[in-house]
Amino acid sequence: MKYKSQKVAYWFFALSMLLIVLQITYGFIMGFAHMGYDGLHEIIPFNAARATHNNLLVVWLLSGFMGAAYYIIPEEAQHELVSVKLAYIQLITLALVGVTAVIGFHFNWWEGRKFLEIPRELDFLVVINVLTFLGIILTTLFKGKKQSTTAMVLTMGLVFAALLYLPGMIWFDNQAMDSFFRWWVVHLWVEGVWELIMGGILAFLLIKLTGVDREVIEKWLYVIVGLTFLSGILGTGHHYYYIGAPEYWLIIGGIFSALEPLAFLAMALFALHMYRKGGRNHPNKIALFWTLGSAIVSFVGAGLLGLAHTLPSVNMYTHGTLVTAMHGHLAFWGAYGMIVFAMISYALPNLTGRKLYNNAMGMYGFWLSLIGMIGMTTAFAAAGVAQVYLERKVGLDFMVVQQEIEVHFLILILCATIFATGITLFIIDFVKYGQPTDEALNVSDDFEAIEATA
Amino acid sequence: MLSKKQAKAFFLGGTILFSMIFLGLSFESVTISMPEKTNADQITDAVVRGKVIWESNNCMGCHTILGEGAYYAPELTRVYSRKGESYIKTVLMAEQPWAPRGRKMVAYNLSEEDANDVVAFFQWIDGMDLNGFPPEPDPSLK
Repeated sequence: MKYKSQKVAYWFFALSMLLIVLQITYGFIMGFAHMGYDGLHEIIPFNAARATHNNLLVVWLLSGFMGAAYYIIPEEAQHELVSVKLAYIQLITLALVGVTAVIGFHFNWWEGRKFLEIPRELDFLVVINVLTFLGIILTTLFKGKKQSTTAMVLTMGLVFAALLYLPGMIWFDNQAMDSFFRWWVVHLWVEGVWELIMGGILAFLLIKLTGVDREVIEKWLYVIVGLTFLSGILGTGHHYYYIGAPEYWLIIGGIFSALEPLAFLAMALFALHMYRKGGRNHPNKIALFWTLGSAIVSFVGAGLLGLAHTLPSVNMYTHGTLVTAMHGHLAFWGAYGMIVFAMISYALPNLTGRKLYNNAMGMYGFWLSLIGMIGMTTAFAAAGVAQVYLERKVGLDFMVVQQEIEVHFLILILCATIFATGITLFIIDFVKYGQPTDEALNVSDDFEAIEATA
Repeated sequence: MLSKKQAKAFFLGGTILFSMIFLGLSFESVTISMPEKTNADQITDAVVRGKVIWESNNCMGCHTILGEGAYYAPELTRVYSRKGESYIKTVLMAEQPWAPRGRKMVAYNLSEEDANDVVAFFQWIDGMDLNGFPPEPDPSLK
């Protein structure tokens, strides 16, 4: 690492690791409940497990993004973070708000709005927290020696993510309006500004890992985020088909959401092309695996599996079924989970000065989590398609169908075990790296430095 | 070949253009079409109280409504016409977990007034024009 203040990133990554473990645990509780084993119902009813599972996902990804920003921005702006102390306070308060929310869910303290379950009182704390974070990032960026495209795209993503949280805090008496604006947060996050964050991190990693000229990478970054917004903004319409919004969203949402895979395809082709074009071998292979993996899996999970049920005539039947869970799992893992893991894999050796990469455990962690998640997605797909046919086409009772598809949840749990094993191996590696140290300062991993020592 | 400047113009231009279109359509939806399609004039105090109960207990954490929520318990968009008022009230006021075919619901043990409010909420939702959702099953398949 080049700047001392980058060390703060480590603790955001550590929080991410802690929360993903909890998220997976709650995922298992839900999987077992779907199979009929709901022994924890009295303490953790399904809706508490579900709110916890979803919100922990959001918080660990945000924590990962924040860590990524705290690592990337000093290096890109060539300036120490303006206040490390404030960054640590922001970390601790983020963790406290997250933990309070999760405990609250178990005591019926929440807003029952999918993905935005955090109670209103805590929403305000989240806003303050995120503003603090943005304050640190923006001040550092503008005090820095340069404002690179990569840093600007990443920062723009973070700023818009914060702004778009606000429409979700408005109260509506009308359930349909509530839903309409809830998607401004959820859709425009995951199929809009979060892709800027992902694109920014991806560009940074590709610059570092492939050695391709920054100008070339950043030019294509613009094209990709351009495609993202071109399709993604009006693509919001695919959430408006059947919630009481006008019919023109069927056409607009259908056309533009069908274009959304293009942005992900461009991202995958871009990453692979840059890798091949680079031709230089960075020793941190595992970071490269996660980086290219993220670009490819996001195309499959977010792009193709999204396309599979985004057309109105299909979505009429799949809307509100396990088909959505199928798409959601691989999309979040590919686009956002894997890019956070890529960032951590790249940053850890630099933060700690220990070059433990390319060991077998890291590779097993990558492959097991990927294979496990693909298996889980397939199990959800089988359950979802069966549910759609039996419940929506044949017209069987909900619970009759649920009992028919229980077996798919057994497969889901088996695959989730493979996934969890992969994550465990990754975390063991994370712990083995130990904490960041000043000794790692000025140990450059740029190609010039690597080649000079080789 | 595309220059970095052109790429930036594509990104900024496209984003601004499509954001404007999105905002325009959203404005139309929210102010003109949606109040009509959702019978906004029929949102009584009881409906609003029902929505508060719906949200404060995170019913969406198991059920879907308007096709949105979790996939652990039945879709409730048309529950008012499918099950009727008295069935819904029995479930909401149950002191023991309602457990059709073994899958348990939290026993909310609601008061009669609260249960009436939730019913009013479901009744209002039931009347919405949802562009054909939920789809009718194909009778030839049963």
